[in-house]
Amino acid sequence: MPKKSFRQALNEALRQEMRRDPRVIVMGEDVAGGMGAPGEQDAWGGVLGVTKGLMPEFGRERVLDTPISESAFIGAAVGAAATGLRPVAELMFIDFMGVCFDQILNQAAKLRYMFGGKAKVPLVIRTMYGAGFRAASQHSQSLYSLFTHIPGLKVAIPSSPYEAKGLLIQAIRDDDPVIFCEHKVMYDDQEEVPDESYTIPFGEANTTREGDDVTIVAIGRMVKFSNEVADKLAKEGISCTVIDPRTTSPLDSETILESVSETGRLVVVDEATPRCSVATDIAALVAEHAFDALKAPIKLVTAPHTPVPFSPVLEDAFIPNPQKIEAAVRAVMERA
Amino acid sequence: MELNREQLLAAYHQMRTIREFEDRVHREFASGEIPGFVHLYAGEEACAVGVCMNLTEVDYIASTHRGHGHCIAKGCDVKAMMKEIYGRKGGLCAGKGGSMHIADMSKGMMGANGIVGGGPPLICGAALTAKTLKTGGVAVAFVGDGGFNQGTTLESMNLAAVWKLPAVFVLEDNGYAESTASSWSIGGDPLERARGLGVPGERVDGHDFFAVYEAARRAISRTRAGEGPSFLHLKVNRYYGHFEGDATTYRAPNEVEKIKSERDCLMLFRKRVVESGLLKAEQLDEIDREVAALIDAAVAEAKAAPMPSPEELMTDVYASY
Repeated sequence: MPKKSFRQALNEALRQEMRRDPRVIVMGEDVAGGMGAPGEQDAWGGVLGVTKGLMPEFGRERVLDTPISESAFIGAAVGAAATGLRPVAELMFIDFMGVCFDQILNQAAKLRYMFGGKAKVPLVIRTMYGAGFRAASQHSQSLYSLFTHIPGLKVAIPSSPYEAKGLLIQAIRDDDPVIFCEHKVMYDDQEEVPDESYTIPFGEANTTREGDDVTIVAIGRMVKFSNEVADKLAKEGISCTVIDPRTTSPLDSETILESVSETGRLVVVDEATPRCSVATDIAALVAEHAFDALKAPIKLVTAPHTPVPFSPVLEDAFIPNPQKIEAAVRAVMERA
Repeated sequence: MELNREQLLAAYHQMRTIREFEDRVHREFASGEIPGFVHLYAGEEACAVGVCMNLTEVDYIASTHRGHGHCIAKGCDVKAMMKEIYGRKGGLCAGKGGSMHIADMSKGMMGANGIVGGGPPLICGAALTAKTLKTGGVAVAFVGDGGFNQGTTLESMNLAAVWKLPAVFVLEDNGYAESTASSWSIGGDPLERARGLGVPGERVDGHDFFAVYEAARRAISRTRAGEGPSFLHLKVNRYYGHFEGDATTYRAPNEVEKIKSERDCLMLFRKRVVESGLLKAEQLDEIDREVAALIDAAVAEAKAAPMPSPEELMTDVYASY
């Protein structure tokens, strides 16, 4: 099977779905690039090149560059989805949702319910999250928990190129609005990815490591770190299960609860800040439903409750890393 | 284009239906039986009807929090609307939307909207669908003078101009955004503002059905022909408060009475068609009676309709989950 980058996997998903269904369109800031400019067309293919090559194949009618007007074009994507298209809108950085949150929170998420089920909004908003690019406070956040909180939205957070392709195709075929969160430092990650089209269902967690001692639930990029830690500790005889929920809404609570009932120990690893987050939500779930199985207090490995800093030294201290995850696993293991 | 007798009768029927609906909801709300927030459209009927008479089934509209008139003008079922406002089973949105989110996608009505300025981005999307799938449709955003100052409206007009969308933006300037005068809150001239964003348009008297109809016809035909978005600035007045329960102390004494006696859209319409011999007063009287009976029945049926079952709380959040 060929190795592909996270970026290529996403591009392939978009291309295959656009070939399959003429109602699928792509829109966003510079998703082709060079619109109206005298130089090269398809100059960017998105700020990090994910949509490169789509415009030459599908034309400007289906790959639409937008003005920098997130409220207008994200809202337009909602309206287009409600009236028969299947738009994939790129919100360049998840941080920019502050500019257009009403379109997501009050329009996309609510139309179906408010209209008594007589509307559907098959919309995907692809957006880039996460720290690690020295991009500082307004371009580095992991804000998926805000979307997870809102009924009517689905939230997918792929943890690898294989996951990215299957989850994006699923998102495009889904009849509900999906916030699709891509970690910006993962675009060059390589993995074997099938050429053919495939889907990964939402709400079904992926168990990436199986073990008896500790359950690690990790989100997005943190799955990779957690796998590394599990592999290292396995050599010492500490065996960890690593669960990638894949989607935080819907959340596969069953897989998490089953695993904790077997291991009795839970570490949740999440790059987001820790208050009212996916990590605290999973901890609450386990505390409510699997309390009797717990052999040790639940440990959370998250960012601190601060904005993302600029200076590399500070940013590195902000991001959860394998050392912190390992320490948390050892801490829960110390409680017999 | 001259309207024929059937069209004139239909226009009067719709305007009268909106007036009767709103007057009745006003009274029923005061009696305490209607839950929630209600914003009434009485006084502005010529705007919704004058615009929507130029639309067909492939066209979409998005409305405001003051949405009953647009719903009726776009052909939504009046009895199902009343049930919705009462929060009953059989309501247009199964009792989940209420007055502020009343909608019927099957009629091209994309909803009243609880967010001021919520409609224009949605309409850009509907217009994009029409353009992409070549349906021949246009999409119309109604905004109030409050919504006209929202960034979403301005961004949407720009996006519609840039993408050359079949979108029409209709500013229903009823003089007040909540309690604040539009003469104070809108900087500059709305026509110039729209033109500055690449959206040409015109301003007409929103009490005059014929003026609205003609201006809307020009705007909608040009947009439908692929010439890009258009704009209408309709100067009008609302008869009731911002919401039901608003004492409207910010308005001048006798302001509404004066408008009703001099500029009421139904009165002006009747005068014009009867004096010109296009229709007979008796024909209009008959419509008045018909509509009164329809609204009586709508209210009676809404009050008699069952409440939603508790399990409906959990349905229609997602298409699948």
